[in-house]
Amino acid sequence: MTNIIEISTAVFVIVGLAAFFGLVLGYASVRFKVKGDPITDKIDALLPQTQCGQCSFAGCRPYAEAIAKGEIGINQCPPGGEATILALADLLDIEPEPLNEELAKDANIPTVAVIIEEDCIGCTLCIQACPVDAIVGSAKHMHTVIESECTGCELCLPPCPVDCIIMQPIKETPATWKYPEPSDAVRALEGIKVVVETKERAKS
Amino acid sequence: MSKEQKYWKFHGGVHPEFHKKESTTRPIATLKLPKRLIIPIQQHIGAIPELLVKKGDYVFKGQMIAQMHKDQLGSTLHAPSSGTIASIEKHSIPHPSTLEDLCIELILDGQDDWGDCQLEAIKDFEQCDNTKLLERIENAGLVGLGGAAFPSFVKVNSSVKQGIETLVINAAECEPYITCDDLLMRERADEIIDGIRILIKLLNPKQCLIGIEDNKPEAIAAIQQASKSFDKIQVCAIPTLYPSGGEKQLIKILTGKEVAVGGIALDLGILCHNVATCCAMYKAIVKGEPLISRIVTITGDGVKQPKNIEALIGTPVSDLVAQAGGYTSKAQRLIMGGPMMGITLSNDNTPMVKASNCFLVASTASLQQAHSIHASQAQMPCIRCGKCMQACPAKLLPQQLYWHTQAKDFERVAEHKLNSCIECGCCDFVCPSHIPLVSYFRFAKSEIRAQEKLLEKSNLSRKRHEFLEFRKAREKQERDEKRRKHKEALQKKKAAMAAKKAANGGTSANDPKADAIKAALARVKAKKIAREAQVKSGH
Repeated sequence: MTNIIEISTAVFVIVGLAAFFGLVLGYASVRFKVKGDPITDKIDALLPQTQCGQCSFAGCRPYAEAIAKGEIGINQCPPGGEATILALADLLDIEPEPLNEELAKDANIPTVAVIIEEDCIGCTLCIQACPVDAIVGSAKHMHTVIESECTGCELCLPPCPVDCIIMQPIKETPATWKYPEPSDAVRALEGIKVVVETKERAKS
Repeated sequence: MSKEQKYWKFHGGVHPEFHKKESTTRPIATLKLPKRLIIPIQQHIGAIPELLVKKGDYVFKGQMIAQMHKDQLGSTLHAPSSGTIASIEKHSIPHPSTLEDLCIELILDGQDDWGDCQLEAIKDFEQCDNTKLLERIENAGLVGLGGAAFPSFVKVNSSVKQGIETLVINAAECEPYITCDDLLMRERADEIIDGIRILIKLLNPKQCLIGIEDNKPEAIAAIQQASKSFDKIQVCAIPTLYPSGGEKQLIKILTGKEVAVGGIALDLGILCHNVATCCAMYKAIVKGEPLISRIVTITGDGVKQPKNIEALIGTPVSDLVAQAGGYTSKAQRLIMGGPMMGITLSNDNTPMVKASNCFLVASTASLQQAHSIHASQAQMPCIRCGKCMQACPAKLLPQQLYWHTQAKDFERVAEHKLNSCIECGCCDFVCPSHIPLVSYFRFAKSEIRAQEKLLEKSNLSRKRHEFLEFRKAREKQERDEKRRKHKEALQKKKAAMAAKKAANGGTSANDPKADAIKAALARVKAKKIAREAQVKSGH
């Protein structure tokens, strides 16, 4: 008799505990549900957001999702270049790899799209192609690119029927100028240039 | 008032050769009007002001030529003399990049005519309303004249709002060769003290400390004489040590307090202003003259008569050098500022700006003596001697910063508080391996800034892209909704018609339209048969 009571107590206790934890876990999974995939967000934050599609995905977020799923390498982003690859390798704790050679362009100078306004026929095709709404204009009216918003993705070039969009390197101003990495060559050059100019003036 | 003041010592510092005597033997000269001025539009920290003039305009002396938008960090710009605007184009400016920036080229007519552009002189500033004084400081284009060119109004206004305990006047002038503040104090002590009194009136601090390095006894005596009758003002002769003229260093010396990393002096209830800025404030309020001129030191072994000159903003350096007797045969380098922190200019067609306190024309030999970074000596490996760490007034670890900068590990560089670096040059001054440490730090700083800008831009692009997707989805939904409604309406109509038909018993007897169609069809049929018959009979 006591045996039965002991066994049933144990069974009840175990079942009770299981039910309790089941409820707690069930509640927690609903209450603290993580929407979306946090790793995708972290990867997306490191991508340059040009939305250029050179990685073969339709924008930066889809590429981030693919990286998160492990479907593709971290070396498919030419605008991000080495810096992005290193940052991604750091985040995901994997070995960095060199940029996919097929995608690497010869020059990695940041550019912006410029519409040659005299040639524009106002077809709006580039406006539809722009991934960041950086082109303004309306049908049969001239369009123009908002320079500060343009990511230089070149997606507006192919749709243009009159080839009036060109890519221009971003001009350096004193405000955006970057101090060069010091090297003996730079210092020597700097010295020579100044010496020559002031010496000439001193003579005259 | 000459009670014994206790001084503290900041960490590190160096004793370079000061070379002050060269330019202090002559009084301040006034430059005769140059033929043309080149006025860079941006001469201050902050946003670019909006131009108020165009090419061909005639401007009076003191006329506002560029204005700031409200709520934006920046300062206004005034015409330093009367004349015609010849062009608004890119021109070389005193900037380490040697890039060009937008400048107003003003051809002077020699009249130096104020027109009606001189501001109202507020002689009795003690009785004047604070808002009026502040407004004047804002409209007179005042910026810090110590070298950073931070808009004075912003600094004073936030101090007025928050209230301060101590007003610190920076007259240390610790950088070698520069003597413009020294001469200003010797010759115009009363104007300076009036400027300080304006600040005291605005801010009502408990005390005002004027920090002057003790290698300027004449200036100390002059300021003491002028400030005799004002209890709050105390002249502090501090020991000569570079860089005691750094804001944070001077605050430490005078008050013993340290500004936290990333913080500002105002957090400690302290406002620090340069002595020349106080004088400019006096001019703006008591004389009604906006900031259109300043005193600048022309010195070094490259000019014949080193001296201080009161010159108009925008004067080309070549004119200043001519006033100082012209170049000597030793002239090899042109530097704006001093040998420790100055920037090398590539030609003397560059104008002086509000921030220019000194132009140093010197031989490379004398510069090498002043600071080893001017030597073309090859840099040698870091031997980890730690001298830079002992010399750093910001208590940083320059050798660590250097290692991480070389490795381009900018995250680590930022962790080591590179932002606290004041670029004073003490570390490379003491470096036995001739490593241009400050150049590395400037490089790292601008890389970090560029990365931050890129991040900002990518965040903006993400936002815009996400909004675009959202908009497209919304438009699609709206289109679908419209189509669905249209379809539904059509179906309803059809159903209604069918119902009507059904109600009419399926016959079209009472439907005139249907009858008409039937009749028309019958007519066509009859015609067709008739035509066919005709064709047949014709054959």
